[in-house]
Amino acid sequence: MKIIDKKIIAPNVHEMTLAAPGIAEKARAGQFAIAIPNRFSERTPLTLADWDAGKGEVSVVFLEIGDATRDLAALTTGDEMYSFTGPLGQPFDIDKFGKVGLVGGCYGIGGILPAARAMQAAGNEVVAFSEARSSFLLYWNDKLEEAAHDVRYSTSDGSLGRKGHAHDLLAENLEEGEHFDRILAIGCTFMMYRIAQVTRPYQIKTVVSMNPIMIDGTGMCGACRLSIGGKTKFACVDGPHFDGHEVDWDVVLARRKAYLEEEIVAKER
Amino acid sequence: MAKIIPTKTPMREQPAAQRVRNFDEVPHGYSLEEAVQEAKRCLQCKKPFCVEGCPVGIDIPSFITYIKEKKLREGIDRIKETNILPAICGRVCPQEEQCEKRCILGKKHQPVAIGRLERFLADWERNEGKAELPVVAKKTGKRVAVVGAGPAGITVAADLVKQGHEIDVFEALHEPGGVLVYGIPEFRLPKDIVFTEIDFLKKLGVRIHLDTVIGMITSLDELLEEFDAVFIGTGAGLPWFMGLSGENLNGVYSANEYLTRANLMKAYLFPKYKTPITVGKRVATIGGGNVAMDCARSALRLGAEESILIYRRAREQMPAREEEIHHAEEEGIQFNLLTNPIAYHGDGRGWLKNIECIRMELGEADESGRRRPVPVDGSNFMIPADVLVVAIGNSPNPLIPNTTPDIATTRWRTIETDPETGRTSKRGVFAGGDVATGAATVIQAMGAGKIAARGIQAYLETGEW
Repeated sequence: MKIIDKKIIAPNVHEMTLAAPGIAEKARAGQFAIAIPNRFSERTPLTLADWDAGKGEVSVVFLEIGDATRDLAALTTGDEMYSFTGPLGQPFDIDKFGKVGLVGGCYGIGGILPAARAMQAAGNEVVAFSEARSSFLLYWNDKLEEAAHDVRYSTSDGSLGRKGHAHDLLAENLEEGEHFDRILAIGCTFMMYRIAQVTRPYQIKTVVSMNPIMIDGTGMCGACRLSIGGKTKFACVDGPHFDGHEVDWDVVLARRKAYLEEEIVAKER
Repeated sequence: MAKIIPTKTPMREQPAAQRVRNFDEVPHGYSLEEAVQEAKRCLQCKKPFCVEGCPVGIDIPSFITYIKEKKLREGIDRIKETNILPAICGRVCPQEEQCEKRCILGKKHQPVAIGRLERFLADWERNEGKAELPVVAKKTGKRVAVVGAGPAGITVAADLVKQGHEIDVFEALHEPGGVLVYGIPEFRLPKDIVFTEIDFLKKLGVRIHLDTVIGMITSLDELLEEFDAVFIGTGAGLPWFMGLSGENLNGVYSANEYLTRANLMKAYLFPKYKTPITVGKRVATIGGGNVAMDCARSALRLGAEESILIYRRAREQMPAREEEIHHAEEEGIQFNLLTNPIAYHGDGRGWLKNIECIRMELGEADESGRRRPVPVDGSNFMIPADVLVVAIGNSPNPLIPNTTPDIATTRWRTIETDPETGRTSKRGVFAGGDVATGAATVIQAMGAGKIAARGIQAYLETGEW
C-alpha cells in the first residue's frame, strides 16, 4: 500500500497518509487499522485519524515510541507499506447525547478528530480537550477547532491553555458545575485511567479507547483481552471502546509491560 | 505370494536431542527405495476400505501401485485428482484415524504407511520443481468469493477453479494459509510447502487478496452483489480460557496467541523478526490435543529449559495424535496427567509464578464415552512456571456472524450448514471448516471444503436453492 504523504507534525509525532480506497470508504470514527511496515515488523494497531473517501486516502497519527513504531517512522512518502488492514474494531457509538467531551493525548489527539466531526454531525455540542507536555507537542489544533465547538488545551509546562493535564482541566470544569452527557478519551492508558477517575463521581458515561497489545486484530489470537466489569472482553472485536468505569485498570497497566525486556533486546541489536 | 512385512518401513527423523533446539522438520521423508519397499506392503484390496476412510476419497491403492512401479508422475497426478494439497495432508492428517485405520493389513500388523507415501509423492514433485497444471474447464463466467485462505477455503478454490469459475480468495492476515501458517509449527509443516501449494493455486488463476477482512471492509451482502456464490471458511476464533483467577497475568498465553507469535510472526527468529515472545524458563501447557503438543514442543525450541504439559485426563484419553504424543515424550516434555489447574498465582509484579493444580481421578464415562475426570479433594499442589499456554480450544471466528445478522448460527456461534451441501441459511452462501463445525482438523476442513465445492457447483449449474 502506497504512502502518499508522511510528515512529522510535532516532535516524535508522525502523520502518515496512505492510498487505501476500500478503507477510506468504510472507515467510521473510532476504528483502527493494523500496519506492518516491513516484512520483519510486528503487526501494529493504529487508530484511524482521518480519511477522505473521495480521494481514497486514510491518515494515521503515531508516536515513535518503540521498535514497531520506529519501523513505521522509517517509512516515508512514496514508500510501500508492507501490509495495512482495516477498518477493524467497532466504531464509536455516535448519537445525539447533548454535550460531549472528547479527550485526546499523544496519538489520541488525531484519534478524537473523526469523533468530533461525527458527534457534531449528530447534533451534539462538542468540546475537545487536547493535552501535551508543552504547546510545541500539540498538533492539529486548526482541524480540531474546525470540528469541535470549543477546544480546551492543557500543557504540563503551561505554555498553552491550562497548566497541567486534561484530567485536571476536566475535573475543574466539572467542579465548576459544567455538565457533560458523555466523555470519550483516546490516548495513553494512564491518561484514560485518570479521566475515568475524574468522571466516576459524576456518573458521566465515559468511553475509553483501549490500546492493548494485539496481533491478528481479527478475533483470533486473544492477546488483547481485557477485564471489563469482571468479564473477559477482546479489544479487537468487542472494542476497542469500553466503559472506563468498568475497565480493570490494574490488569491493563500490567499487561502493557509484558515485553519490556524484549524491547530492550531489539534496541540493542 | 510374498511374505508380509508386519511393520511400516521406518522414516528417518532428526534425533530428539538435536531437534528440540531447532525448528527444522522432524521426519525426513522416504527415499525412493523406502517408498517402493513400503508400497509393496499394500495388499491392493478389491474393495479398498482405506479410500472410504479418507475424507476426500483419494484413490489410495492406485497411487501406491504407481509408486511400486516407480511411475511417480502418474502417482502424484492420481492423488491430485482429488486432493490438491498432498504435501500438507501427508504430514498433518491423522491417518491412523482415517485411511490407515481401515487398512486390512492393520488388522494383524501395522497398516500401510499411506500418509508417508502421499508425502513422498508430493515432496518428489515439489523437489522436481515441475508441478503440472491440471486441465481447467472452459470459463463459465461465474464468480465465486472464498472468505479465508485456510485449508477449507483453498480446497474450495482449487476444486472450483478447475470447473472454470473465476475465484477470488479474501484473507484477513498478511499471509495466505490460515492455520497452516499461523498455527501449525514449522517443524511439523514447513511454511515453504504451504506457499508452494498456494502458488500452484495462483497459477491456476485463483486471485488471493491479503489484508482483507470480510465483514469489515466489505460486507457479505456486498460480496453477493458481485459474486454468484460465497464460501465462508473463516476458521478459528477467540480462544477459550478456563475463567481461573490470575488468567490475565503476564506470561499467560492462549495457544492461538503463542503459536501465532511463534509461527506467523516468526518470533523464533527474534530479534531479526521483531514480534517478541516470552521464552520463559519453565513453560506449562494446558490441554491434551494436537495444539497443546505443538505449544509444548515449540516451547523447548524457543529456548525454555523445561516444558510441562498439564492434562486433566489420562494419556489414553488425549485427543492428540499418537505420533505427536510420542514425539513430545521423546523430546522430554514432562506430562502431568490427571491434573487440572485451579488458579494462577503471580510474583507480585504482574507475572505468573505458580500454577495451583489439583489431582484428578477417572470416574464414570461421560457423554463423549470417556471416563470423566473428578477432582481429588485436598490434593492441591503447585507447579512453578513463568509461562503458561492455555490450549483448551476456541470458539469459531465471530466476524461474519457479528456483521451478518441474517445468517443463522448455532448456540456455539458456529454458522449453521447443511452437511450434504455446505449451504447456510443465506441464499448463495456456503460455509465449512472450523467456523461451521467448531475446532477440528485440517483434513476435516478440507473435507468440508470438498462438500461445499460440490454444493456450490450444483447451485451454479441449476440456480436452485
